[in-house]
Amino acid sequence: MDVGIVGYGAYVPRHRIKVEEIAKVWGADAPTYKKGLMLGEKSVPSPDQDVITMSVEAARHALTRSGIDANKIGAIYIGSESHPYAVKPSGTIVADAIGATPNIHCADMEFACKAGTEGMFVAMSLVKAGEMDYALGIGADTSQGAPGDALEYSAAAGAAAFIMGKEKVLAVCEHTHAHMTDTPDFWRREYQHYPRHAGRFTGEPAYFDHVVPCGRGLLEKSGTTPKDFQWAVFHQPNGKFPMRAGKKLGFSTEQMKQGWLAPILGNTYSGSSPMGLSAVLDVAKPGDRIFMVSYGSGSGSDGFIFRVTDEIAKVQKAAPQTREQLEDNPIYIDYGTYAKYRGKIRMLED
Amino acid sequence: MIGSPRSWREKPQRYRYEAGKCSGCSKIFFPPRLVCDACGSKTFETQVLAQTGVVETFTIIEVAPSGFTDEAPYAVGIIKLDDGVKVTAQIADCKPEELKLGDKVRLEFRKVTEDGASGILHYGYKFVLA
Ligand SMILES: [Zn+2]
Repeated sequence: MDVGIVGYGAYVPRHRIKVEEIAKVWGADAPTYKKGLMLGEKSVPSPDQDVITMSVEAARHALTRSGIDANKIGAIYIGSESHPYAVKPSGTIVADAIGATPNIHCADMEFACKAGTEGMFVAMSLVKAGEMDYALGIGADTSQGAPGDALEYSAAAGAAAFIMGKEKVLAVCEHTHAHMTDTPDFWRREYQHYPRHAGRFTGEPAYFDHVVPCGRGLLEKSGTTPKDFQWAVFHQPNGKFPMRAGKKLGFSTEQMKQGWLAPILGNTYSGSSPMGLSAVLDVAKPGDRIFMVSYGSGSGSDGFIFRVTDEIAKVQKAAPQTREQLEDNPIYIDYGTYAKYRGKIRMLED
Repeated sequence: MIGSPRSWREKPQRYRYEAGKCSGCSKIFFPPRLVCDACGSKTFETQVLAQTGVVETFTIIEVAPSGFTDEAPYAVGIIKLDDGVKVTAQIADCKPEELKLGDKVRLEFRKVTEDGASGILHYGYKFVLA
């Protein structure tokens, strides 16, 4: 049975801040971030946007592309590390807003930046197991970096939603793979506003030692080589890491650039590789194969191989495309506005 | 402070933009109501609003009420939707000085307000430039 993506959609907030604007405030060297980490600008959510609002918009785009009734969706899993409530699911609000309640399984997912792909994996597995006809997996985040911290240059906002099913599949999931160990490279304790990270440790033992072995495992398991793929997407904590990981696995810039959004989007955490995948689906052709590996601190990677079907052409333009949302009408803001929008200014309390 | 019960009750209109269409004379009410002011009918069917429309009139809120201060200045407008229904709501993500009558807008799901730092978050619709 062919199970995979039957509808997909992404959402990008309109506000952006440039790396230079952040560097100026902290006396940092903008070229270090621009050239060193390949980051140019990042998306910023409005004060009235969060994981729930972005997930609703992305899910609505996915529904439009799928052409199915929302009440046929049997499960919803939103992966995020910035769920608006500490206790109370995001999924209930999103499911109610898209008209998918009340007969639907739901729990929010959390695994740093990997929660979105885990949600996609569980959604797909439930369909494969025959438990339901459709299931929705979403990756969304509005993550924050501490003021002046390296993460402040990359922590962005966005969402991508995928409806998994077995009829009129746009992209069949042919193989999956996982690689996970306990590696404390990035964390946030309860009641802390900002996360902490282990500096350079986040690169080699963390990101690369999960993304690359997960990718290798996926190639081995599927009996494929990088040449068998038109597209490759990796988790994008910055612009540099995914390119390096991809090259180590044998993928070319050409295969990676369509899904490589970090230089103009930043790191959307749980939304990162899922949004990259949505940008690839926007342009992929029937028969194309897509290689995808996510990464979440803590640490783990999920790998997927998708084969695009004839159904894709009918839906690519049915909802706003990912790069179109990124490139059309951004509103650039200064650091003061950004600090206000992101709640970084201490206000008088009621 | 809106509170949980009211927020919950208004979900159909605020989350899913569901209007009430009078079974007697087909007049559409948003938000839905119990009695039609045109024909007196008490039966309505659910109709989802058109998601796009044009700005018919708007005003800029410079001094915002509490709960909205971090968004000021912002625009609140009356939007004529493509199905003819008029809806009053905030027009988000726009520079107020650039907003014009007749601008095309669409509905987007947004957080409308919060009940303080520990209360419920209220979600619903706003308009954004299409
Ligand atoms: Zn009537």
